[in-house]
Amino acid sequence: MIERDEVLHVARLARLALSDEEIEPMARELSAVLDHVAKIGELSLDDVAPTLHVVEVTGALRPDEPRPSLPREVAFEQAPEVGDEGFLVPSPQA
Amino acid sequence: MSEGTAGAGPVSADASAAASDSGAALEPVIGLEIHVQLATATKMFCGCELSFGQPPNTRTCPVCLGLPGSLPVANERAVHFGLMIGLALGSQLAPRSIFHRKNYFYPDLPKGYQISQYDEPLCLGGRLGEVRIHRVHLEEDAAKLIHVGESGRIHGSDTSVVDFNRGGTPLAEIVTEPDLRSPEQASEWLRLLRATLRQLGVSDVNMEEGSLRCDANISLRPAGSEELGVKTELKNMNSFRFIERGIRAEIERQREIIESGDTVVQETLHFDPTTRSAGGGAGAITSLRSKEQAHDYRYFPEPDLLPVAIDEAMRQAAREAMSELPAQRAERYRRELKLSADSAQLLAFRSELGDYFEAAHAAHADPSPPAQALANWISGDLAARLGDGEDPAASRVQAPALAALVGLVAAKRVSVGAGRQVLDKLVAEGGEDPAAIVEAQGLASLGGEDELGAIVAAALAANADAAERVRAGNEKAIGPIVGAVMRETKGRADGTEVTRLVHEQLGI
Repeated sequence: MIERDEVLHVARLARLALSDEEIEPMARELSAVLDHVAKIGELSLDDVAPTLHVVEVTGALRPDEPRPSLPREVAFEQAPEVGDEGFLVPSPQA
Repeated sequence: MSEGTAGAGPVSADASAAASDSGAALEPVIGLEIHVQLATATKMFCGCELSFGQPPNTRTCPVCLGLPGSLPVANERAVHFGLMIGLALGSQLAPRSIFHRKNYFYPDLPKGYQISQYDEPLCLGGRLGEVRIHRVHLEEDAAKLIHVGESGRIHGSDTSVVDFNRGGTPLAEIVTEPDLRSPEQASEWLRLLRATLRQLGVSDVNMEEGSLRCDANISLRPAGSEELGVKTELKNMNSFRFIERGIRAEIERQREIIESGDTVVQETLHFDPTTRSAGGGAGAITSLRSKEQAHDYRYFPEPDLLPVAIDEAMRQAAREAMSELPAQRAERYRRELKLSADSAQLLAFRSELGDYFEAAHAAHADPSPPAQALANWISGDLAARLGDGEDPAASRVQAPALAALVGLVAAKRVSVGAGRQVLDKLVAEGGEDPAAIVEAQGLASLGGEDELGAIVAAALAANADAAERVRAGNEKAIGPIVGAVMRETKGRADGTEVTRLVHEQLGI
């Protein structure tokens, strides 16, 4: 079972606010996920390369050719708050 | 360890004990991380054009805005440039390279992660000059965040504005091994790297505009120790001057900590060249808010991008795109043309001077100028007359004409002073034949010793006091005498010859 502090640390990295009642169940559920994945460690996998993708395809590169960008007003439509020229966000320095 | 300090004072770390012994026994260990914006037409993972001062947020699309459902595709030329950098640094090019997600939240990163590389970078190892390269990898640049202060026009104090034009610009991150030992060495090496990248044509490498950015990892250890001390990472050094000053300030800060018996804390620091440090030196160093530890970035393979397979065709294309690099060029000048190390380096690192030098050298002027003399005239007199950074090929002075002039001076048919007058004329008016200018202006060296001897005799007579002092052994007093001869001959006399004649006539 992972520790309470670790749950809070991971929650902070994910910017999730957990209430006190949520911490213990979350620790239990996360531990179950980790235990499940740890099962794989019981296998002998020294000669098996990690499966990065289910299909073994490579070389999908894009030629360096410009494509039209979005008009600014279209880009701004998705934003919760915008100014004249930019997306507005809470200052990370505040 | 001397007896005086071994038993006295508080018990401290080995480093500080050793340091307090000799006072200067701490050795700085410096490694650099350089981010280079690649000079592609489009961004790393989408077809938006790179921005050069365009209005904010006019170069965006669903991919670089991180909108749901959009998919990145890697830019072929960015990979090509990355391979060229790897070849230039002598790195091993990976046969397969993988992009990873580096997860953290910051408003300049719309997806909540940066697409970067982790354990399978594009290039591994290598060396440039005396510094080993750890790795080179590709990633995307963050957007630009403009902090609006309390006086800002938007909502008072707590809002920032994001411009996503820069977001997604291709970056190559070059990481060195900790092989540098002084601030001066670090900035000197960075100049070599910049010249190399410029020659490759993979980046604008403009530090002021942010297309070349440098962070430094700095630690101190007892000189001679093989172990590394606790390092700090110093950011925001956007000029060569600031790099030297920033690293120097951080070395001093760590030295004070260690010598007072404390321990350096591993952290990320910000160098502000506009302020003064607590100790009164230039540039304050402040701690950035503690960022995530490496494992907190939760790197994992980017599921939206396939591994990049670097095949022989791509390696071959990168090799063919390489021109001669500055370090190779300097070596060729030293070996084949016997230039001094300084001249070779200067001409090689300022490729416009090097190109001009080679054109002049290939002109087969008669009399033929020695390569070193040609190098001196180009990097000295000519460069000074043209002004900072100007390409001599764009001036009126044609390379064969300069070669002919230097040939005349080297053959002592024209004095150095008169040669400079001819050069003035070439800079102002151009012209193909310096010998004709020499002829027209009457600048040829005074041929006969008799003629020059008479002028020297007159100068000695007119400067009897100075002559007496020279005779008495004050060599500096010769100035007015030589000056008088040069005035009389309009600079046509050879300075060495004048000095010889002065000595001869004074009987010394």
